[in-house]
Amino acid sequence: MPELFKFPQSLKKTLFHYCPGCHHSIIHRLLCEVIDELEIRDKTVGLASIGCACFLYFYIDVDIIEAPHGRSCSAGTGIKRARPDLVVFTYQGDGDFAAIGLGDSLHAGSRGEKITAIMINNTVYGMTGGQVSPTTLPMQKTTTTPSGRDPSKEGYPLKVAEILAGFEGVAFCARVAVNTPQRVLQAKKALKKAFLAQIEERGFGYIEFLSACPVNWKMDPLSATRHIDKLAEVFPLKIFKDFE
Amino acid sequence: MKGKKLLVKGVEAIALGALEGGCQCYFGYPITPQNEIPELMSAELPKRGGVFLQAESETSAINMVLGASAVGARVMTSSSSPGISLMSEGFSYLIALELPCVVVNVMRGGPGLGGIEASQGDYFQAVKAPGHGDGRFLVLAPYTCAEAYELTAKAFELADKYRNPVMILSDAILGQMKEPLEVKPLKIKNFAKEDWALTGAKDRPSRTIKSLFLDSKELAERNLKLKKKYKAMEREIRFEILSEGQEELMVIAFGSIARICKEAVLNLRSKGYGISFFRPVTLFPFPKKALCSALDSNEKKIKVLVFELNCGQMVEDVASALCGRAEVLSRFYPPSVLPFPEDIEREIKKCLNSLNFPKV
Repeated sequence: MPELFKFPQSLKKTLFHYCPGCHHSIIHRLLCEVIDELEIRDKTVGLASIGCACFLYFYIDVDIIEAPHGRSCSAGTGIKRARPDLVVFTYQGDGDFAAIGLGDSLHAGSRGEKITAIMINNTVYGMTGGQVSPTTLPMQKTTTTPSGRDPSKEGYPLKVAEILAGFEGVAFCARVAVNTPQRVLQAKKALKKAFLAQIEERGFGYIEFLSACPVNWKMDPLSATRHIDKLAEVFPLKIFKDFE
Repeated sequence: MKGKKLLVKGVEAIALGALEGGCQCYFGYPITPQNEIPELMSAELPKRGGVFLQAESETSAINMVLGASAVGARVMTSSSSPGISLMSEGFSYLIALELPCVVVNVMRGGPGLGGIEASQGDYFQAVKAPGHGDGRFLVLAPYTCAEAYELTAKAFELADKYRNPVMILSDAILGQMKEPLEVKPLKIKNFAKEDWALTGAKDRPSRTIKSLFLDSKELAERNLKLKKKYKAMEREIRFEILSEGQEELMVIAFGSIARICKEAVLNLRSKGYGISFFRPVTLFPFPKKALCSALDSNEKKIKVLVFELNCGQMVEDVASALCGRAEVLSRFYPPSVLPFPEDIEREIKKCLNSLNFPKV
């Protein structure tokens, strides 16, 4: 019988610490499947960011370094420039990539750094307890927008994929979700492309995952997973930039 | 260029020293008065198969340094006071992650934007707290172009040896003045990085370089390990001393003002005055023992006079090192007030002759 499903080689056999209903674990698994399929485990260096996913090295069996808050794309640039033969990916939240690190992120994209940047967009600061983020939806309640994000005061959601898609240095740019089986498969395909963008030396690969944060959204896991569709109305799921 | 005698600025001597030290990658952001360093590196590094990249900010530059260091490259950045402040987050991480690199600070006047005049106002920042959280840099302070060349090259060896950032603490006078430099080959040791650098988990288990320790015992152990390393760095202590062991007064200074002071001391000595001179070259670790034994072996009761281009910072380290062995006095010159050797001589004479030499 052909083997259809197996435990990814790059995924460590340990329990995830993430909250029930959080999408980090699904995305971790996809990342490991892609690393396995591209056969790059032994030449990959990952950059773990600040926040819930800073424990990336507990789960993903590749060389990993922590970068300061928001600085993963700059540190990734240093790695790739010093060792162009390595495959480099960053794993960052929306606060990391799009708030404190927006300058680092956009400039790395603009320079066309041959790295893969993964942004997990759950519209809140997860680990610090659910504060407003650049991607928080209008009227969404957070601990620092207790009556809901008012665009006249806190501004509008920042659409990072739409910005990066306009950059010449960006070779691949997509926004995906993992809240349905079909979307998981589409997301994996896009993630692979985001790695191929650097492996084929085409430029910066960017992929944004809309991800659930049931605890900070104050929802049960199922409602949170359904709520991704609401997010997708503001942040359309789309491949914004691709290559053949 | 090797073995040639060149007329160079201090900052050019630093860049040439970096090339001699085996610098492979340079990341930086322009700021006066050190721009000749990135300019020279941008011309020279690519020719030698190295990497030059001008970052969009100092914060970005220091994190590029962090990435390149993690994969085993010899890497450097340079900046000046306000830019160094911006890099301090990265400095703290580099120390915590035990990543070697060379950081050059060509100090200008502060605080704030200040000015581009010569200053030694960043002494405390360099030797006490380059970043948050109890971490230290090994700090080297050259006072001539030749020394800037040699110490910068050596800094790469020391950074690798201790897996810690090494700072070259210079200033606008030394940085921008020109003098002849013999670009000679130096012996700079290499240290294997295969046992810790991130190079992909080929034929070995995957590695993690991290600074997050949520377990308090683990974090305490980590900090104590780093403290041991700072102690071990005392092996690298360097200083210069002029003394016959019978002086009445010792002048202490570092960097460019040490050069002015040395001339004043030599002038006075030739006139028969009993003045000694002490110049720390490593500012951290501070040459405490050398200073104490110089004073202990002095036959006469001695006063110590510390000259600095700031409002008095190193004087605190001198006082703490001497622990009451001698009276410690401070003469300071904030940015843009630069003394001539004659001014220093006058200050020294005042101190010698008057019991009422103002204490500050």
